[in-house]
Amino acid sequence: MSLISVENLQVRYGANTVLRNVSLAIEPGEIVTIVGPNGSGKTSLLRAIIGAATPAAGQIALRPGLKIGYVPQKLHIDPTLPITVERFMQLTDRVPRATCQAALETAGVPGLLKRQMSQLSGGQFQRVLLARALINHPDVLLLDEATQGLDQPGSAAFYQQIETVRRDTGCAVLMISHELHVVMSASDRVICLNGHVCCEGAPEVVASAPEYRALFGTGTGGALALYRHDHDHTHGDECGHDHAHADAHSKEHEAAE
Amino acid sequence: MLDDFMTRATLAGVGVAFAAAPLGCFVVWRRMAYFGDATAHAAILGIALSLALQISVFAGAMVVALIMALMVTHLAGRGYAMDTLLGVLAHSALAFGLVAVSFLSGVRIDLMAYLFGDILAVSRLDLMVIWGGAALVVGLILWRWSALLTSTLNEELAYASGLNPKREQLILTISLAITVAVAIKVVGVLLIAAMLIIPAAAARGLARTPEAMAGIAAAIGAISAVAGLQGAYVFDTPAGPSIVCVAAILFACLNLLGWRSRSGV
Repeated sequence: MSLISVENLQVRYGANTVLRNVSLAIEPGEIVTIVGPNGSGKTSLLRAIIGAATPAAGQIALRPGLKIGYVPQKLHIDPTLPITVERFMQLTDRVPRATCQAALETAGVPGLLKRQMSQLSGGQFQRVLLARALINHPDVLLLDEATQGLDQPGSAAFYQQIETVRRDTGCAVLMISHELHVVMSASDRVICLNGHVCCEGAPEVVASAPEYRALFGTGTGGALALYRHDHDHTHGDECGHDHAHADAHSKEHEAAE
Repeated sequence: MLDDFMTRATLAGVGVAFAAAPLGCFVVWRRMAYFGDATAHAAILGIALSLALQISVFAGAMVVALIMALMVTHLAGRGYAMDTLLGVLAHSALAFGLVAVSFLSGVRIDLMAYLFGDILAVSRLDLMVIWGGAALVVGLILWRWSALLTSTLNEELAYASGLNPKREQLILTISLAITVAVAIKVVGVLLIAAMLIIPAAAARGLARTPEAMAGIAAAIGAISAVAGLQGAYVFDTPAGPSIVCVAAILFACLNLLGWRSRSGV
């Protein structure tokens, strides 16, 4: 069965419905990216999957015994809380030092064990979060805008690391990006979310977009690419919603372009 | 040995310091300092009620402190900013408590003893309650240590690890109410927050891990209790405030040392 299967999920905060009729499934080993504008419910979807938000309707089924590695959007450590990288890695499982070391290597930051978390750079910090999520060999990695606060080369390198991790460990990856125009070329599937699933499918890698190459530079190794999808699509009757996609988020694309 | 009032007082002070240290670390990390204050101030209302109803002061203070803490947790994020809410509730509880005490015409009570503690009058029974409460708090926190730490760092991370941050918050709230109740006799309701925060804050500069910070805070708290009581005995000063003074001096010295070593002077 699927690792994660979501059916007709509805999530509400008070009177505000942030997600409706969301159905999706994550299969072993695939990389799925969720894109969508601010307030489109991306984080709520992830929160519902980890059990931090209660669905108002619909179902979320996790494969029995599923191990989730979660990388939060941002993790603020209060300056009054001293914690070494090693201790942080052992937060929920008392794993041996060698396992911590190995996870840090997989995440591309070996040799940080004895450092204080507060002394790490933004890129190192995110990779330590990734390493912590990898420590008990998860079946699926969930990343909530894990490259927030990183510059373009930094986030490109981070996405490449994710690809490497998937190749080496075979875990599935479900991640969020609110950067509509920046989606990993290695995503097997992209889901466009805006309160509901607008569209989903294999990403189209546009290698021949010179303005994007110019914008992101050539040093990104192809990790940054344009995912072009059609916002002027028309929904069939079965979708049960009507709103002007062409107006609503082609603006976002124009802004990006 | 327990016949000596100084021995009993020292043991009471050390007991409270041991419970307050690890809890105080969480209060500092989660920025709940004012929350601790509100809970402690509510205890004076609990004392007035328990004197009126002629029940145990420990029980009365603990129940009202717990109700206060649960109320604050419940109301948080519903219209008012946390510090405004705590300001309203903490001082209202203190005021209502003081007014309630004045209605108790039948009993003569020494209000100062409850506001600033009366550690030299600690009885054997008090000592048992203090150590029993402290052991309960330390036990709760040790049992939930990893879960509490994970929830403190990031709620989503806690959920993803199969924990419920709301339950961990409840454990801290209950521990806080117990600590407040057992610390009244030692430092009084006005200075309980000091016993929570000052040792933990003083330990920050010396620690590299959360566990080390809690351990060092416990040591600093215990030293403050012992030295404060000796000072109070020698200089004939009030005992509870003297303990807090020693903790504050340790905090200042450790910070100065840390500042000197960092700036390479």
